[in-house]
Amino acid sequence: MSSSALLSQIMPILIFVALLLAIIGAVRRALLWSQGQKSTIHWSGILAVPRRYLVDLHHVVARDKYMSNTHVATAGGFVLTALLVIAVYLFDIAAQILNYMLLASTMLMFIGSVFVLKRRKNPPANLSLGPWSRLPKSLLIFSSSFFFLTLPASGLLSDLVPELFSSNIAENIAGNIAGWLMAVVLIAGIIWGLGEMFFGMTWGGPMKHAFAGALHLGLHRRQTRFGGGQSTGLFAIDLAEDKLGVEKPEDFKWNQLLSFDACVECGRCEKACPAFAAGQPLNPKKLIQDMVVGMAGGSDAKFAGSPYPGIEIGTHKGGAIIPIVNGLVEADTLWSCTTCRACVQECPMMIEHVDAIVDMRRFETLEKGQTPGKGSEILENLIATDNPNGFAPASRMNWAADQNLAVLGQDVEKADVLLWIGDAAFDMRNQRTLRAMIKLLRAAKVDFAVLGEQECDSGDLARRLGDEATFQRLAKTNIALMSKYQFSTIVTADPHAFHCLKNEYRDFGGQYHVQHHSGFFADLVKKGAIKLQANKALSLTYHDPCYLGRYNGEYDAPRYLLQAMGIQIKEMERSQTIARCCGGGGGAPVTDIPGKQRIPDMRMADAKETQAEIVAVACPQCSLMLEGVVEPRPEVKDIAELMLDALVEDSTNE
Amino acid sequence: MTNNNLSVISLISIGEHPTSRRPRRAEQDARAVELGLKLAGERLKALYAGTIESPSIEVALRSYLGMGLAEINILNLSDPADATLALAEHLKAERPDMILTGVRAENGESSGMMPYLLAEQLGMSVITSIVEVSSIDKVTQQAEVLQALPRGQRRKLKIKLPFIASVDMAADAPRQSAYGPAMRGKLVMNQLSVQVEDTLRSKWQINEGQKRPKRLKIVKAKTAADRFKAATAKVEGGSGKIVHGSSESAKEILKMLIDEGVL
Repeated sequence: MSSSALLSQIMPILIFVALLLAIIGAVRRALLWSQGQKSTIHWSGILAVPRRYLVDLHHVVARDKYMSNTHVATAGGFVLTALLVIAVYLFDIAAQILNYMLLASTMLMFIGSVFVLKRRKNPPANLSLGPWSRLPKSLLIFSSSFFFLTLPASGLLSDLVPELFSSNIAENIAGNIAGWLMAVVLIAGIIWGLGEMFFGMTWGGPMKHAFAGALHLGLHRRQTRFGGGQSTGLFAIDLAEDKLGVEKPEDFKWNQLLSFDACVECGRCEKACPAFAAGQPLNPKKLIQDMVVGMAGGSDAKFAGSPYPGIEIGTHKGGAIIPIVNGLVEADTLWSCTTCRACVQECPMMIEHVDAIVDMRRFETLEKGQTPGKGSEILENLIATDNPNGFAPASRMNWAADQNLAVLGQDVEKADVLLWIGDAAFDMRNQRTLRAMIKLLRAAKVDFAVLGEQECDSGDLARRLGDEATFQRLAKTNIALMSKYQFSTIVTADPHAFHCLKNEYRDFGGQYHVQHHSGFFADLVKKGAIKLQANKALSLTYHDPCYLGRYNGEYDAPRYLLQAMGIQIKEMERSQTIARCCGGGGGAPVTDIPGKQRIPDMRMADAKETQAEIVAVACPQCSLMLEGVVEPRPEVKDIAELMLDALVEDSTNE
Repeated sequence: MTNNNLSVISLISIGEHPTSRRPRRAEQDARAVELGLKLAGERLKALYAGTIESPSIEVALRSYLGMGLAEINILNLSDPADATLALAEHLKAERPDMILTGVRAENGESSGMMPYLLAEQLGMSVITSIVEVSSIDKVTQQAEVLQALPRGQRRKLKIKLPFIASVDMAADAPRQSAYGPAMRGKLVMNQLSVQVEDTLRSKWQINEGQKRPKRLKIVKAKTAADRFKAATAKVEGGSGKIVHGSSESAKEILKMLIDEGVL
């Protein structure tokens, strides 16, 4: 038997075994996911996988051009190669065209792999090592082995070097030995390649991301976030359940477990995470990998990426039915998150880190009663007084004693605009923003009213601190209150309230047309209802609030307003979708987990880099966090305050 | 330091938030539960005498369950009832080693008399404003407790079991109440075997309390040390005088008015 005959006999067996093992692995993996809780199965999503993969996922990957080109070549080459290999070597379809295609696809994959290897020469800290350093070699071996296997069959080789492979030289001993050697090397390469790419794909190797990722894209818990859509509101839980929140990995929904397996450990989340940069014990990538460890059982010792700052790798372990907190993950890790969604925004696999963190926080708060820092005090205040700092509910309107505001239910029954005040009512800094807003609304002759003392906190803080019960109570109270009055739009200066009213009250029957004050004022300026001096040559940069930008996709309105005042915005390097959080979201200032530096200090350093003298903000939380940075620093001003400075007062107004 | 054969009962009431006036977990009673949980763990019993006339009161009561109690025993009383009679009746049957309570209720009569009245009826000793039970000796039936005194001072006292203790605000802050366990915990209704109508109170006429005007404290201190002393030192009393007879009283009043420059 010649070497090539052996190859042609052994190939179908090798591929068959690899595929069989891959299928067994896939079933085992699916069983791991099925440990999770019930959740809607979006079958139709499966059909959308190719589109989501080629469009949505590629858009995220393409934020790094080098990597997207590399990935297109490698992944595209691999998918083609795998299909063709199965066709040619397993089903023995002997069409010459397939051989040529196979040669082309392996070459494409090989070229891609070279770039993967090149990037791993001096890998940045956000990349994982270990099996991930092996992957580019496996890619090269896989593609080259199949290239050389296919070369003789394609007939190209016999034209070039006939003496080695033509049957006339079969007796040539040297040629024969070379042929056998080549066959052995090829078989070894193919076993390695198939092992990594087929077997490893379902048995926990780096290629798992392709298998789990494809399913995850299809069966994603937030189907509406694809195709340019948005889905950022947290999922509500049924408070009558026997267990509230996630205690053990098996308490996650099954499709959340699947999503954890999709992680490709690219570390983009780690690069974007403000808590990680501040040296707080959180690394979103490690968190997701810990969830994988929890689902499959074992220790985190094999994790080959950056640790949680200050926590050594290999000191934690878990299992599907073992409580996560303080076994697999420290409580401080969960409470470091500012829920800024930078990780979710950056994740090419569309993993929802924030959902998982809030799920686990819910158990900590609702079942264990262990909200750290000032958390428990704040929640008690929200329960007893409907505001986080325990002020008398009757004093909610004290700030507006001189404003003559129309209160719904007292002065009027309906208005065009409901002005949502929020907890800025109790804060002297943010009262300035509110006053500016009111002057602007009056200048534009907007018919607006407020809810007065009866307005409650939106529940944003309670919900992010895991207290779903208090959130739901506040939401229902506010919805019941608003249902009494007629208005067409809610306008607020607080992106957190904006997000809750717009996206999270829906689950409780509150459907509103909500606008952030930047969007509302932008419309008024466009209509000419507000006239602004267009000669403000301020040296200014704009800080995107997470809950306005990443959560609600509003990047343009604030910029439009600033430009309408004639301001050339000195954009920070991290702005719009990749803007760095001010550190004020998700209850992070309340739980106050120690790190090496403060997130607002880092953000202010970003602003200083632009040489701007003013940081424009559009969120009361951002203004508090950024004003808390020690001077000298740029001045912090809300968009509404800047607009008031530039307002052209109509003299016929009075 | 949970003690395995110690029986502890914490008496709880419905508090009132100072600014919103909503029912809540009373701060001192919650500290009594916290102390009880540290002493007896899961075997701590909680006892409430009163009505559950509204859902918000039930939520407030349940917030004690959220601290880790499996159940709360309820002596269902309808107003006007004397809670001490009902509590004494129940506690006589229970015969606990230790009864913990707040110093005074956050609403209602808020007289702070409860521990004394109960001690009288049960024949137990009473100790006020404790912050900690340092040790309990079941053999000699003695406990060592720390009592809170003004300005952070503490006094160590030995007391014989069984006793009633009121827990001071200076005791360890109560743990956070968790919603899940609070909703799942049981409220156990107990039947009353005695008549507990508060015959005295039913004759009272009750008016809303009014804040009395308070004299501004003028600190004349010149140095930082003096200001510190003025801020922290105990207000010296002693100028008070008991006067008998109307003419003497009138003289004193007149003297005071002249001193104050009113006349």
